[in-house]
Amino acid sequence: MYVAVKGGERAIENAHAWLAEERRGDPAVPELSTAQIREQMTLAVNRVMAEGSLYDPDLAALAIKQARGDLIEAIFLIRAYRTTLPRLMASTPVDTAAMAVTRRISATFKDAPGGQILGPTFDYTHRLLDFALLAEGEVPPAPTALTGPAQDMPHILSFLDRDGLIEEATPSDEPPPDLTRAPLELPADRALRLQALTRGDEGFVLGLAYSTQRGYGRNHAFVGELRIGTCPVEVDIPELGFSVEIGDIELTECETVNQFTGSKTQPPQFTRGYGLTFGQTERKAISMALVDRALRWRELGEDFTGAPAQDEEFVLSHCDNIQATGFLEHIKLPHYVDFQAELELIRSVRAAAFASREAAE
Amino acid sequence: MDMQPISGGFADAPRQSALAFRAIIDVMSRPGKLATLQGATPPASLSVAAGTVILTLADANTGIYLAGDLDSPALRQWIAFHTGAPITTADCADLAIGTWADLHPLDRYRTGTVEYPDRAATLIVELGETPAPNASLTGPGIKDRIAAFVPGARPTSFPLGLDLILTAGAQVSALPRSTQVEFA
Amino acid sequence: MTAMDAYNFAYLDEDTKRMIRRALLKAVAIPGYQVPFASREMPMPYGWGTGGVQVTAACLTPDDRLKVIDQGADDTTNAVSIRRFFQRTAGVEVTEETEDATIIQTRHRVPEAPLQEGQIMVFQVPIPEPLRFLEPRETETRRMHALADYGLMQVKLYEDIARHGRIATAYAYPVKVEGRYVMDPSPIPKFDNPKLDDSPALMLFGAGREQRIYALPPYTRVESLDFDDHPFVASKADHACDICGATESYLDEVITDDQGGRIFVCSDTAFCRSRQEDRQ
Repeated sequence: MYVAVKGGERAIENAHAWLAEERRGDPAVPELSTAQIREQMTLAVNRVMAEGSLYDPDLAALAIKQARGDLIEAIFLIRAYRTTLPRLMASTPVDTAAMAVTRRISATFKDAPGGQILGPTFDYTHRLLDFALLAEGEVPPAPTALTGPAQDMPHILSFLDRDGLIEEATPSDEPPPDLTRAPLELPADRALRLQALTRGDEGFVLGLAYSTQRGYGRNHAFVGELRIGTCPVEVDIPELGFSVEIGDIELTECETVNQFTGSKTQPPQFTRGYGLTFGQTERKAISMALVDRALRWRELGEDFTGAPAQDEEFVLSHCDNIQATGFLEHIKLPHYVDFQAELELIRSVRAAAFASREAAE
Repeated sequence: MDMQPISGGFADAPRQSALAFRAIIDVMSRPGKLATLQGATPPASLSVAAGTVILTLADANTGIYLAGDLDSPALRQWIAFHTGAPITTADCADLAIGTWADLHPLDRYRTGTVEYPDRAATLIVELGETPAPNASLTGPGIKDRIAAFVPGARPTSFPLGLDLILTAGAQVSALPRSTQVEFA
Repeated sequence: MTAMDAYNFAYLDEDTKRMIRRALLKAVAIPGYQVPFASREMPMPYGWGTGGVQVTAACLTPDDRLKVIDQGADDTTNAVSIRRFFQRTAGVEVTEETEDATIIQTRHRVPEAPLQEGQIMVFQVPIPEPLRFLEPRETETRRMHALADYGLMQVKLYEDIARHGRIATAYAYPVKVEGRYVMDPSPIPKFDNPKLDDSPALMLFGAGREQRIYALPPYTRVESLDFDDHPFVASKADHACDICGATESYLDEVITDDQGGRIFVCSDTAFCRSRQEDRQ
């Protein structure tokens, strides 16, 4: 007698229990604390905060632990939690020119006021496995700078700006749209595109950025400036009549300088791409800047060459890894009904084809 | 301080607004049907049903237009306190409230665009009391036809148009743009 | 486990419910038109019913009796998971009987038992745009709906007939609503399409990832697209259910051994069970 496959409540509960056991791994190995993840898996924490759109290193660490290190799963946990939080107020725009910088480099000028700071980067490490870390990871303290308090670090692109060599970045007091609160509507303005990109999947945005470098929507990007550091976040309290600092966040900001050959209306000039992400997430910030620039073809009077990175609808519809992974993985769900309908159709079409072939013979 | 504006909201918003919404979607999907709608106690100028519609649907993202005599400081305060909804002009309202006469002229309201016909105003029409049927309705939501009261002609070129919620005391009915009306 | 106590009735916050409710009312007022809504991230993945769950959450009252089915069955894993979500977050009664339910959330089926006045069907929709596989751009398909320009769909169906002698769409078979909007009925088998026409129940469709809500009010004219010389046929496997003997229900085909053995059973498990009980 046939018994229907039942995925009852017990099966689900047992699967969850097994999952929890697998997450813990061998109990003989000490359990990982969220503080350890927060302090020692910082770049994973940063990615989860950036794509989860929630700045909270402790929760990001918890999500990574709960997700067994699957960062997209961790981002999903953070997004689902974020959605339930009330929106109490909006901060004033953070001033990245006033960032307390830990890393700041420019590929366009050898030196600039404020100087270049290499900071804690993998850039010039030789990618050799450090077997010493197998035993223990204690390190001597890094040397600290001899210079005094942080000096002013104006944005490097502002120097080009002064000469009119680069397009003006006109400030706007227009409230930016918010795709977490309103359905995506196309065409999107730049602020909305940037929001989508900063939440977008690092791998997807990286791939698109790379494609522009290889000629699919090429725009000759130089990293005008990449800076990483902390910025204060302030909110206006109308009752007090002034703004109050509510904390600091670490940000990565990338401004690219891109070639622009000019159009009928504009003389040749450099143009800009922009990336801003939570935490130290510079691969993402640079990728974002390249894709931002590629998406700006219309406003700059360039041609649409059909490159994926130029295609706003394509990029914005597919850059969110939580949407993508959900829909991709849903094909694991039962589809007996649709499949049965297809089976019947194929059988009847084939039967008709055989019948007409026989009739012809 | 005058306490009136801050009373008269939902005591248990999640459950009361759920029940109220079900009554509203029920009448919107069955034009001509009458239902009871209560939960709000708005200032005296507004019916219980209309007040309940506002508490159920309005928030900081919905512009409200108060037509004619309805526009009073007391009602503005009540709406601001309970919903945070901005009071707007007729041409950008999501919800417009008033008597049928006060709501005129109707060409002031948004009826949507061909690409986004949903971006149209909903008019909450205060009837005072439920009048006798004066029209016969057909269309989606109606089995065959139904007799109902319709306050007057609406500018409709489907899919564009205005959707009406008719309120009288604690009674509510609706007339979506999809309904065809034949006056008796 | 009791972490759910910290959440609002039916999980969603009141702002989100209001936003969805406003979209639902516009959807009802414009049958078959897809209303954009600011879908929220839910605690289950996109593609697993987040649209349906948000619509159900916005409609549920404490007095409801909820039925959740996936592939017609109440006991498939995702149906169990969604039903349990609402039991925990809304404390509503649940049922497996179609006749007893006030709200039925479904993935891929319409129950066999006739729907009734006062019931609400909530469909989970993966791709709400019926023209999407013919034209991937939202900007283009939106224009086509605006102009009621459905020539592309007609051409596709006609090419099917030229190649296969019939319309080669077995599920998610497009319908026209009240002679205006072409609508995706969600991936129900075309066998279920006639149940949408002139139904006494209110039908709501939620697509979370694609941020769309649409609706069929009761007694709405819903026609499956076809041609005069190739009329629509609501087909199913030409068998009776091997368990309850029903000849009019939609069937799942089940492979029973590796010798080509197979049986056919009702996809609607509640329907099949009630028929078995009636026979005893």
